[in-house]
Amino acid sequence: MITTFQVAYKNLLRKRIRSLLTLIGIALSAWVLVSLLGFNHGYETGLNKDIDNMGFQLMIMAKGCPYEAATMMLKGGTGLKYMKESIVDDVAKEPEVEKTTPILMAAVFDPNKGESGGIAGYFGVEPKSFSEMKPFLKFRQGRWFTDENAYEAVMGYEAAELEQREVGDKILMPEKNIEFKVVGILERTGTQDDGTIFVPLKTAQKIFNRPDEITTLGIKVRKGVDSTRLEEKLYQLPDVQIVSLAQVKETIMKLISTAKVMVLSIAIIAILIAMVGVINTILTSVWERFQEIGILKTIGAMPQDIFKLIWIETLILCMTGGVLGIILALILSRVTELVIRHVLPYAPSGGLVLIDLKLVLITIAAVLGIGLLSGLYPAWKAGRIRPLEAIRGEVGR
Amino acid sequence: MSQKGISVETKNLAKVYLRGSEEIPAVNDVSLRIDKGDFISIIGPSGSGKTTLINLLGCLDNPTSGEIYLGGRPIFGNGKRLSERELTKIRREMFGYIFQNFYLIPTLTVMENVMLPLTFYRKPGTENEAVKLLRLLGIEQRKDHLPGQISGGEMQRVAIARAMVNMPEILLADEPTGNLDTKRSVEIVQVLQELNRKVSLTIIMVTHNQELARHADRMLEMRDGQIYEIHRQSQ
Repeated sequence: MITTFQVAYKNLLRKRIRSLLTLIGIALSAWVLVSLLGFNHGYETGLNKDIDNMGFQLMIMAKGCPYEAATMMLKGGTGLKYMKESIVDDVAKEPEVEKTTPILMAAVFDPNKGESGGIAGYFGVEPKSFSEMKPFLKFRQGRWFTDENAYEAVMGYEAAELEQREVGDKILMPEKNIEFKVVGILERTGTQDDGTIFVPLKTAQKIFNRPDEITTLGIKVRKGVDSTRLEEKLYQLPDVQIVSLAQVKETIMKLISTAKVMVLSIAIIAILIAMVGVINTILTSVWERFQEIGILKTIGAMPQDIFKLIWIETLILCMTGGVLGIILALILSRVTELVIRHVLPYAPSGGLVLIDLKLVLITIAAVLGIGLLSGLYPAWKAGRIRPLEAIRGEVGR
Repeated sequence: MSQKGISVETKNLAKVYLRGSEEIPAVNDVSLRIDKGDFISIIGPSGSGKTTLINLLGCLDNPTSGEIYLGGRPIFGNGKRLSERELTKIRREMFGYIFQNFYLIPTLTVMENVMLPLTFYRKPGTENEAVKLLRLLGIEQRKDHLPGQISGGEMQRVAIARAMVNMPEILLADEPTGNLDTKRSVEIVQVLQELNRKVSLTIIMVTHNQELARHADRMLEMRDGQIYEIHRQSQ
């Protein structure tokens, strides 16, 4: 017994190149679709993780562009502004505040980084308050610096890999030509901390000639407290701005949403083009087999049998293309990620394109829907072919 | 009256085609009786209406007027028109068809082509019919070949097997040897004769070849849409 599925499948093998090209069209559009959905999912997850890993919900920074400040915190950068360290006490007094940690960020140009030099991020931190704020930081080797004036450094995982340093090695701060002793190397966190070199706050203030100044104050709000009231109070402090990380996240997501809409539009256009391709392929194949379809009706096929046969052909094409597209997206997700990272002004650390089972199922459902829709017209046309016209060779278009 | 019973009967059957405003009578007042198990051949020049007649008998088309009875059951008559669906239902119950161009599916093997009608409809009691037919038609060893790998004569045998797989009561053959050389043509007609004798199959064959037509029990001729009996073998 031969099934309708077998007949449909073998029909597609008749014009292999044409079927293959249509298949590629569907696979590419499915790839775009699944990668885009994966990017939406991955970007938001990554951003949430980055913000959670900061350990604090609010930041105080010297007045300036808040977005620039936020991006600097997430990505590192230059153009820093400074505020007095005494602000720590003013903030700590507030009952809503659980913990604070002062940070002096510094960006140093390292001519040996990359092909034409790059920025090395140094964070002056207090080990006690900083590690309390980020309890997830674990040491691969060594420990935090013990003396707040020591010339010691703790390196993030990637920074240590890049500089090829171990605990006990020396590291030279470019520009300043000051040598630090590496006392600790952190485990990988998947955040910006991986690329940072931490030094004692006091030492950093001395080196960069910023006595009693900091760039950032991280604030952890007590559980169950409304942080907007605290924000309002902190706004009363002179010459500072408050950056709520929830707002930062919202703003970044808003900026990204424009890009997402654009890419989604491209994906929809790609899918429409693939759909037209499928309709064209199946319709051409129906006309080519006009007589044959008529003969099938002569030997007992009802209009619905022909409809089913042609519909199955369309579905085979779409489903195979869809599955290939998903496989392609999974294999090439790292490449897609690199491209997106290159294009976007800010991308969170970790996997940017996250393709999970739910996404795969959504894509398969979408491709199935496209297949069913694309097959409707050719299948309906084929179902209407009259055997007598087919035998006479009258192509009744 | 024959003891075998009537297979097909037509009364005043007519089919008129319209070409613009001009009426062209392709079949004109044909009254005909074909008994069960008869092997009929219809000859005639091109445009004489023989293919139109066989299409009407085979329920591929509605007549303009007249009546058709299959096994005594009225099918067409009193201007009644059947839908495509109703015609298909009658066709798959009653008829097997073979054509000049074989119309085998090139991507399916010989066996798959023969079994193809069963994908859409299977008459009870047709199990293993495909294998038996391939053996009977001498193409069993070709069952896994594709149509492109066998000869024209073999292709027509496959088409005959396909037409026979649902055990039809009537086999309609429209120029079945039109694409074959003389030797293969004779072979195919002999195959039809054998089927006619072995399974008492009613066969209606349209051909332009008088020599081949003589293999049939009855020979009819179409001229200008009308039918004339020109030869009948004595029983």
